Formats: sequence, C-alpha cells, structure tokens
Amino acid sequence: MVPKTLYDKLWDDHLVCYLADGSALLYIDRHLVHEVTSPQAFEGLRLARRQPWRRSANLAVADHNVPTTETDRKSGIADPISRLQVETLDINCAEFGITEFDMSDPRQGIVHVIGPEQGATLPGMTVVCGDSHTSTHGAFGALAFGIGTSEVEHVLATQCLVQKKSHNMLIRVDGEVDAGVTAKDIVLAIIGSIGTAGGSGYAIEFAGTAITAQSMEGRMTICNMAIEAGARAGLIGVDDVTIDYTEGRPFAPEGERWEQAVAAWKQLRSDDDAHFDKVVTLDAATIKPQVTWGTSPEMTAAVDQVVPDPADEPDPIKKAGMERALRYMGLRPGTAITDIAVDKVFIGSCTNSRIEDLRAAAQVVRGKSIADAVKLALVVPGSGLVKRQAEREGLDKIFIAAGFEWREPGCSMCLAMNADRLEEGERCASTSNRNFEGRQGYGSRTHLVSPAMAAAAAIAGRFVDVRSMQADAGGCR
Amino acid sequence: MEAFKKTSSVVAPLDRANVDTDAIIPKQFLKSIRRTGFGPYLFDEWRYLDRGEPGMDCSTRPLNPDLVLNQPCYRDARILLTRENFGCGSSREHAPWALVDYGFRVLIGPSFADIFYNNCFKNGLLPIVLDSAVVDRLFEEASDGYRLTVDLDAQTITTPSGDVVDFAIDASRKHRLLNGLDEIDLTLQHADDIRAYEKRRAQAAPWLFDG
Repeated sequence: MVPKTLYDKLWDDHLVCYLADGSALLYIDRHLVHEVTSPQAFEGLRLARRQPWRRSANLAVADHNVPTTETDRKSGIADPISRLQVETLDINCAEFGITEFDMSDPRQGIVHVIGPEQGATLPGMTVVCGDSHTSTHGAFGALAFGIGTSEVEHVLATQCLVQKKSHNMLIRVDGEVDAGVTAKDIVLAIIGSIGTAGGSGYAIEFAGTAITAQSMEGRMTICNMAIEAGARAGLIGVDDVTIDYTEGRPFAPEGERWEQAVAAWKQLRSDDDAHFDKVVTLDAATIKPQVTWGTSPEMTAAVDQVVPDPADEPDPIKKAGMERALRYMGLRPGTAITDIAVDKVFIGSCTNSRIEDLRAAAQVVRGKSIADAVKLALVVPGSGLVKRQAEREGLDKIFIAAGFEWREPGCSMCLAMNADRLEEGERCASTSNRNFEGRQGYGSRTHLVSPAMAAAAAIAGRFVDVRSMQADAGGCR
Repeated sequence: MEAFKKTSSVVAPLDRANVDTDAIIPKQFLKSIRRTGFGPYLFDEWRYLDRGEPGMDCSTRPLNPDLVLNQPCYRDARILLTRENFGCGSSREHAPWALVDYGFRVLIGPSFADIFYNNCFKNGLLPIVLDSAVVDRLFEEASDGYRLTVDLDAQTITTPSGDVVDFAIDASRKHRLLNGLDEIDLTLQHADDIRAYEKRRAQAAPWLFDG
C-alpha cells in the first residue's frame, strides 16, 4: 500500500467520483452556516425550487452581526440592515428545516467555536462553511475549509463540492516553547516564516512535539490561521487529546457507535513514510511572543524586536508594501515593539475566544488594572457556553475588576460588522486573525497577539513581553 | 451565470501585492442579502476620501485621486492587472460580486488566493495567472489607452503591438465559463453516485449518519 498523508486519507474517504476532467466530487459531512454568506445561497435554492439534500448535515448560527451587550441583545439589533440579515437566517432555517442556534439560544456563539463545542465537528469529517476560518476544524483530523456563497448553495443542494486535490505540505514544529509562548505565537511565527501566500494550493498538516503538546484549543488556534498562510485547510492528526475532547459532546456518537468511531479515528494520522510536496520545519525553542506591526499577518515580529526598515528589503514590491503598511499603521522603522502604545484591547474571535484563551488572559490580569490610557478593553467569549464556564470559574470577575468589559458571544471586533469597532487611527492589541487595513473599523490599526499578550498590553498600556510580567508575578504560568 | 468568451478593454494596473477581500469590499457592505449592487463600493476605502456606508449615493462622494481606477483613462477598464496573492483573506463571494458589478470581466496577476480564485469562476469572472516576468512587463506597458484582448476559447491575450501571450486554464472551468453553466445542475446529474456513496459510507462510518 502506498503510504498516505492524513489529507490523502480524508480525500479518499470522501470521494464520490472523479469527473471527466479529473476534478472530483467530494462528499461533505458537515455544513456550518452563518448569516453573512448564506442569504444569497438560500435565495438560489428558492429560485431553482431545490431543497437541501440532507438537512441534518447542516447547523446554523448567527455570529457576525450580533450585538455583544446584554441590553442590545434584549432590545434587538439596532442597525436595520444587520437585523434583516440575522432575521433572514432565522427565516431561511425555519423554511428549509435546518437546525439553528438563534441569538437567544445559550449555545449561540462563533460558528467555529460552537461546531467543535457541540461535537458537530468530528474527526474524519469533511467540514465546510462560508467562512475562510473553517480551517479551524482541521484540528480534529477533519478536512475543513472555507467556501464562497455559490458553494454554500451547492452543498445545500447536493451535499457535495467539485474539488481539485491540493498539494500536501507538512509544517513540523519540534521542541518545547517557552512559558508564555502560545499556539498563537507559533502560528504567527509560521506565517512570518512562509508568508501569507506560502500555503496557497496546499493543505497544511501541522505536526511535531510543539504541536501535539497543545490542547485542542491551541490546535484550533493554529489551524484557524492556516488560511492566513494561504492554505484553505490546516490539519492535525488525531490522538488521545482529540478523542478526550470529543467524548460526551452533544452531537458526538455514544455507546457502541462511539467505540466504533474511535477505532476508525485512530487511523487518522499521516503514515510514517507518507510523501509531502513541501516540508517546513521550525524550532519551537526559538519562537518568542509575536506582535504584528503591519497590515498583513506575515508582517510579524518577536516582542523584543523593532519595527523593520523597508530600506533593508531588496524586493521592490515587498518594500512598497512595507512602506504603505507603516504609513497606515503610523509607525516608524526602528521603533521597539515594546514602545508601541495601544488605545484598545480585544480578546475574542474564532482564533482566541475559547475557555483556555480566557484563562490565559485572566491569569495575566488577575489583581491588576488596565492602564489609564487604554480607552476600552473587551472580552468577548466565543460562545454562550464558554461564557458560562468562564463565569463558573470566576474569570468574569477578574476581568471586570481590572476594568475590562465582559460581553456576550459573537465575532465582534474581529471584523467590526456589529457595533464593536475601532475609531479612525485607534490602535488595538487584538487576539483576532487579520490586521488588514480597515478590518476593525475605518482607519483602524490592528496588532495581532495572543490572549496573554493582549492582556499584558491592556495592563501596561503598551506591548510588553508577557514572560517578564509572569516572572514578576512569581513565575506563574 | 453569465458566459464569458472574449473581451477587449483598457487595462487598469493596480500595483499592490496581497490585496485582501476586506479591501476589495469592506465588511459593512456584506450585510446586504443580495448578490448585486456592490460595484459602487468596490475598493471603497481606497476609492473614496470619506467613510462608506451601505446605501450611500456614491456619485457625490469625494474620489481619492491616488487610486488608479479613479483616473479617467481607466474608468471603463474591464481588465484588472494585479500583483501576487490577490483576493487573500476572507471567503466572501461579495468580492467577485463587487468586481463583476463594477464591470471587470478579467483579472490578470501572478497568483490569486485559493478561495477567491474559485469564487471568480462561479460568477463569470476570469482570473488569469501569468508568470511574474510577464506580469511585470504588462505593468510596464499598461498606461493610458493600453488595451488587451482576452480570448478564453483560444486561451490567449493579445497586446496592442500584436504579441500573443498564452494562458493556462482548467478545462472544466473553461467549459463552464464559455457556456455559463450552472454547476449544481451538473453535479445533480451524479445524484445516483452521491446516493451510492452515502450507502457505502453509512456502512463504514454509521455515526456520521445518525443525526
């Protein structure tokens, strides 16, 4: 037998048939739906008089537009266009018989948080959603990728997608990271190393001891940002960590079915001598807490570095990009990262809003207060259940005592489709995934960091190496 | 979907790498539940000097003269010349919808982001990948009045001096684009294959079909 990568195995397991031109019809096990990229797809079904192929394969939730304050949740969405989009999802799900967690459901949250939380994402599945961060679910040894609205309609109507197979890339991160260096720092360092187009045309498998040492939350953070490296899909092989996380989730199999599933899932790793088209290795010990300085996730630096100088960049197109980014960000080359002051702090998003992320941030914040210069510090849990769990652990009290606002779940300031946004020129330490121009609001300036680093920036009012803060606090982790 | 066969047009050179879909169509416009009407907001933050909101009358907004699309000679461009990794970021199909609604039918660049590239073909928009040296040359030549003729059937781009540049494209995508075919109809011709797969799979992995 030819040795296979994890991606090869998932591909083969979902192959319905090859089409005349060599592309494939790939079966989709789970389709996650949200309000922004689905209305035109449902409208398409309606116009063509089609019905969903398999209703139970779909799960819908509103997350992008939803308000994150309790008052706004109760009074309804103020922006009439946002409200119409969310109501349209409710209407479409009711009409087509699709399970939806609506805004009042305690299980509501960010689509990429609730899928795994509910066990709607399982190892070995193909998972798609009209959202590029669907790569998140690859952390479960699933083949998961983002699709456009035409493909949302295609999956609804046929339970399949027409696909060309990607190439295989392996990113190995071996060794141990320093205390205070997290999954977010690892993935930012990877993107800094291979670039935002480095993974184009590939499915990236993340492996190595620094990856397998991560919890499921950490693994999801890493796969979440595979798309920021240009890869539609990120994957991590199944091990006990994956299976332990999945057991007992509402949508997960039970009893005999569970045993059967676990036996199959244990095969979901790349064979030892499988061939990868490209292999990249990183030494975990060299990775430091990361802070992005520009308007692309590849523009990242270690916290102890300075803002780079475009004059040192030989490639003229890259150089022009750096100059434009620094102008937009209001930064000068040579400025120490730790001299950059922040106006706002955002802890949330499908990258970093899970319970472990909130614990890491709370640990830094505990007993301290946000700096006077910080105008707003937000914690937006990834789901209603994450919020509840955090409250059981008293994390909300720690954040509130320090001056943070404790909000309701949603995408929030990651892309500022709801009321949570930056004002023009404001600078934010953000645990989200994109630092593009205007992403967090018109003229907004985003620095991507880990939850612990965002919390540290909130306390100090500027970026600081969270490792030094933790040392001050008695070396806690 | 509208078919695409051939176009001859002025070329707008957008000399930036990593143009992301947030730049192509900012998030406030994604709240629309329609597929059309995004054209006036294409590249909104680069195109206008004020802050764009859905429903604004764009004909009276102040234009940013720095954006190449705002130069009168490029106003009618149907072909956009770009740099590496165009369309990176979000999967929003609103990006190709906005490009098409504005009037673009062809994009030419050294590379495109995967999801965006795929979305283009669903909307009658032809993204052409060329060697970066060729793209460099087109950027040097593309100025006022520079026109290209793109012929999908022949897979050629013809320059004003008569040079012909060939481009590669996947045969099935070409076929669908030339004929404006509905992909769902094509897939549903395989309905029996899909049912047979489900039956097979339900035996091997029954837990996937319990719900």
